[in-house]
Amino acid sequence: MSEKLLEIKKVTCCYGVLPILHGVSLDIRPGEIVALIGGNGAGKTTLMMTIFGRPRAKEGHILFDGEDVTQLPTHKIARLGIVQAPEGRRIFSRMTVLENLQMGAIISDDPAYFAKDLEHVYTLFPLLKARRYQRGGTLSGGEQQMLAIARALMGRPKLLLLDEPSLGLAPLIVKQIFAAIRALNADYGLTVFLVEQSAYHALRLAHRGYVMVNGRITMSGSGAELLGSPEVQAAYLEGGAQSAGQQGARP
Amino acid sequence: MAYFVQQLINGIALGSIYGLIAIGYTMVYGIIGMINFAHGDIFMVGAFIALIVFLALMSLGVTMIPLALLLVLLIAMLLTAVWGWTVERIAYRPLRESFRLAPLITAIGMSIVLQNFIQVAQGARVKPLQPVVTGGYVLFEQDGFSVNLSNIQILIVVTTLILMSVFWLIITRTALGRAQRACEQDRLMAALSGVNVDRTISLTFVLGASLAAVAGLLYLLYYGVIDFYIGFVAGIKAFTAAVFGGIGSLPGAMLGGLVIGLIETFWSAYFTIEYKDVAAFSILAIVLIFFPTGLLGRPEVEKV
Repeated sequence: MSEKLLEIKKVTCCYGVLPILHGVSLDIRPGEIVALIGGNGAGKTTLMMTIFGRPRAKEGHILFDGEDVTQLPTHKIARLGIVQAPEGRRIFSRMTVLENLQMGAIISDDPAYFAKDLEHVYTLFPLLKARRYQRGGTLSGGEQQMLAIARALMGRPKLLLLDEPSLGLAPLIVKQIFAAIRALNADYGLTVFLVEQSAYHALRLAHRGYVMVNGRITMSGSGAELLGSPEVQAAYLEGGAQSAGQQGARP
Repeated sequence: MAYFVQQLINGIALGSIYGLIAIGYTMVYGIIGMINFAHGDIFMVGAFIALIVFLALMSLGVTMIPLALLLVLLIAMLLTAVWGWTVERIAYRPLRESFRLAPLITAIGMSIVLQNFIQVAQGARVKPLQPVVTGGYVLFEQDGFSVNLSNIQILIVVTTLILMSVFWLIITRTALGRAQRACEQDRLMAALSGVNVDRTISLTFVLGASLAAVAGLLYLLYYGVIDFYIGFVAGIKAFTAAVFGGIGSLPGAMLGGLVIGLIETFWSAYFTIEYKDVAAFSILAIVLIFFPTGLLGRPEVEKV
């Protein structure tokens, strides 16, 4: 394994003619939790999708485990072990919970793992076991988020990408989900790349963080450093720390 | 009563053939949201391949009818599947990221190409096949009218039932079917889950074409004559069946096929044969007024 699990080098990309990312570089080392924070429309989700070539990077390179994946087809990138729980959860709504988890297991691609992994995600999210024959579309938002993460874990990811796992969820559920991520990282050394608007939570969870503004990385550092930085506090944490302390609400 | 039962039997046999073709329309619509207008002609190509293979086997001395039929079935399914795959590969896939109407236009183009190709390659005259599956049973007689269930009708319904069941199991129970449904629901998420979306779409065309080939063989055996134009009318009917049952729904396609087959048969039997198509399409229009998504279709809106 190379020093860096994921390396994004000066990536530029556009939607049509509209430039979204302007030479973004960042890297993720094995076993880390890295958070990417930034406001609405900063390009966070686009960066996550660019890793999968949707849209493709116009310039720059994306390396996973030392291999250049910039031009690989999406499903091949996924099969390298990069698994995303994407924005909006994207549960297969007309499939059962169990079928959704089976879809997730395509990436690990080994039937021998399946039963064990299934047991594991059911232990993490017991609710999913109770609802395993229910259609994904009938779950509540929080349950769907759990299913999205569980589905991602079924693929035995080398790198787990989480796009706004807290979006639209009750504070208690957010806490549960973040605790689950922390446990996975601590117990199994799972590498996590997290995109969040809820900067306070994300930076507390992460080892390192990046700040993105208008398609550029403007700051980076350890989670604690960024939390302490006046710029980050002013831009993303104003009132967030207090309210998070009380209720865990979003800034 | 006897007359009615006889028409019911005829209608179910015809409807089974429509249903088999309709599956191809509904699956392709489900996965890429386009109407594959060339599908009716794939059915026609399937019927021609079945005829050619059958004659070839005869001349090779395969005279055991069940064995010959089984071989014809398998070879026709295989070769027609290659046609279906090729059509998708050359006419639809390059337009995947294009605007929605583009593949629709190439579909009509492919339909014309296939028709003309067969017309030029095989001639415009109707091609007959001597009756292969003959005989049948007299179910009962009433008022001097006997109700017949012919062996070919039994063959059609049994083949359809078996294939539909196998097909249903593939779609609902296997990893392949799950990938297919995943692409149908969310192509991007399917790709993120490691599914090769292009291959899954190709596979949908392959499956649809192989069922159309079966329909082609059954049509050939049932009517005994085919020509290069049968794909157009049968295709429109099967498309109607798919819309009728709710486009995108597999049981809907089968149900729609049966309903269209029955309407057509009964209209011809009790009213005028000339107006059977008018009847079928009128009832389609009426059903769509009250069930805009078809009988078993689901509304587009979903809980998010």
